[in-house]
Amino acid sequence: MTSSRLRAPSETLAPATSSAVSLRGVVKRFGSFTAVDGLDLEVAAGTVLGLLGPNGAGKSTTMRMLTAQSRADEGEITILGHRIPRESKRARALMGVVPQHDNLDEELTVRENLTVFTHLYRVPRGERPAAVQRALRMAHLEDRADTRTDKLSGGMRRRLLIARGLVHRPRVVLLDEPTVGLDPQIRQELWGLITELREDGVTVLMSTHYIEEAERLSDEVALMAKGRVVSRGAPAELVQRYAGRAVEEFPAAPTDLERLERLLRPTGLPTRRTGASLAVLRAEELPDSVRDEIGEGDRRAANLEDVFVTLTGETVE
Amino acid sequence: MTTTTTPAARPPQTPPGRFEFAPVRGVLAREWALYRRSWAPTTFAAVVEPVIYLLAFGFGMGSLVGAIGGYRYIEFIGTGIVAMSVLFTSMFPGLIDTYVRRVFQHAYEGMLAAPVDVRELVTAEASWIALKSGVYGCAPLLVAIAFGLEPRGTMLLVPLIALVTGFGFALLGIWLSALVPSIKTMDYIISGLITPLFLIAGTFFPLDDFPGWARALAQVNPLYHCVELVRHAAFGLRPWADLGHFAAILAFVALVWCLAVFQMRRRLID
Ligand SMILES: Nc1ncnc2c1ncn2[C@@H]1O[C@H](COP(=O)(O)OP(=O)(O)OP(=O)(O)O)[C@@H](O)[C@H]1O
Ligand SMILES: [Mg+2]
Repeated sequence: MTSSRLRAPSETLAPATSSAVSLRGVVKRFGSFTAVDGLDLEVAAGTVLGLLGPNGAGKSTTMRMLTAQSRADEGEITILGHRIPRESKRARALMGVVPQHDNLDEELTVRENLTVFTHLYRVPRGERPAAVQRALRMAHLEDRADTRTDKLSGGMRRRLLIARGLVHRPRVVLLDEPTVGLDPQIRQELWGLITELREDGVTVLMSTHYIEEAERLSDEVALMAKGRVVSRGAPAELVQRYAGRAVEEFPAAPTDLERLERLLRPTGLPTRRTGASLAVLRAEELPDSVRDEIGEGDRRAANLEDVFVTLTGETVE
Repeated sequence: MTTTTTPAARPPQTPPGRFEFAPVRGVLAREWALYRRSWAPTTFAAVVEPVIYLLAFGFGMGSLVGAIGGYRYIEFIGTGIVAMSVLFTSMFPGLIDTYVRRVFQHAYEGMLAAPVDVRELVTAEASWIALKSGVYGCAPLLVAIAFGLEPRGTMLLVPLIALVTGFGFALLGIWLSALVPSIKTMDYIISGLITPLFLIAGTFFPLDDFPGWARALAQVNPLYHCVELVRHAAFGLRPWADLGHFAAILAFVALVWCLAVFQMRRRLID
């Protein structure tokens, strides 16, 4: 942190890196439990990074450390060149946060909820009405502007929650499971919103359970389990690297599963059990000799879920 | 987003770690928005309750008691009830509203993700409560005037006394709201602390005939100092004594501000 930053507010990127968000060796413990365990994560400016992980992986804790609402026990965190937690107030001014749990003011109208946050984010007085209007438009809530928040549907509330975090045009946006519990149509609407953010050059860190969501929206995904990033890359690249092009599922009785596994072991191809069948990853590499023994399974394209399960042994939705 | 009228977010220019008033104003903006929806019941409770006390005690007890310490009883308790009103309109919101907002509404979590620090948040919440106490605290005095209390220029100090005392009790409430393990525990505070606070303060009866220990207790009760100040503002200031009372209230404010910020930070930042 140089003092020149004080004089040049518009040039807040750290000189050494183009990462908008950077976590190095970050550890967070709750008593004897380690929720985040040596996390390294860089989010390049202007990209969308999907943080994918099962319940309890440490996604929300990571988000909370970025806003300094949770203090790391070890490691270094910087956002747009600002060190956290020391300079977190500056970083928070540049960041928009959409929490996992809705905390809108129910008694206030949609417009009032947004206006309050223009104050909290220090949008200059003259620009507040325009900022609110813009947020209303983004959330498609223009005709609900004067509705009390407790009268909104779940999807509308979520859109408002997201728009509230964007009201000051942040340069970094943290979305903690933005679409959890929403029906597919509303989820797709929100995807549109996130895509727009990326087109605007905003850096987005988004946690999610949904593989499809991570695959669609992210430039890169980081797979997180037990407080660590187990792998990261572009979704297609990760799929290619760990699961190949195709996955073949072989339905089999429990006793047959073991036989299949034995037959496949010499090939070195990763396999996993999915209920009453065995999935073979990188199935395009199956040698003919083995195929003669095991026959044809149901072939499908490999996806991120295969990667995730292979790497962590855990399932996500 | 492409046709933008709002310039992109900028960081504040103050050095890191400095207390700022911009976030305080931001939190007050939220309070104002909420108050616009709830002012009627809030005002009703804050004004009508002390007035009922005043009338009931003033006329009920007044006919039995006559005069106390040279004042008509309704004048004596009119000033005492100002202090009671300040206590109730600051301590209860500090204790209960703050608890509900933190634990059930997660409102503070949302605000702390914005460029607002815990001490600014606590200061703002207490200031807003204090502002209301400063205004509502005058209601019993106005009623007492309507019933014959002679107006005096120094009575203009009463809103200020109410404001500062209200700020302190709001902070005390906030501190306790962050200290209690659950909402049920608040009963201990309400019965065990608030009730004695307002009885051992000279609100309804003078403390002169109390045993020594009770009078000593009153000395550390900020509400006692508030009662004395209000009474002197209404009946004649005693500059040296009043400076002492005011200093006692300021010391109380400083202490509970630190406690409230410390404990709220423990609850909100992990
Ligand atoms: N304040 C806390 N005190 C104790 N343990 C905590 C606290 N906050 C989080 N944890 C624990 O840390 C772990 C990680 O929690 P976190 O909320 O970060 O997970 P997550 O990846 O966001 O999960 P989910 O998908 O369920 O939201 C969990 O085991 C959780 O119980
Ligand atoms: Mg979470």
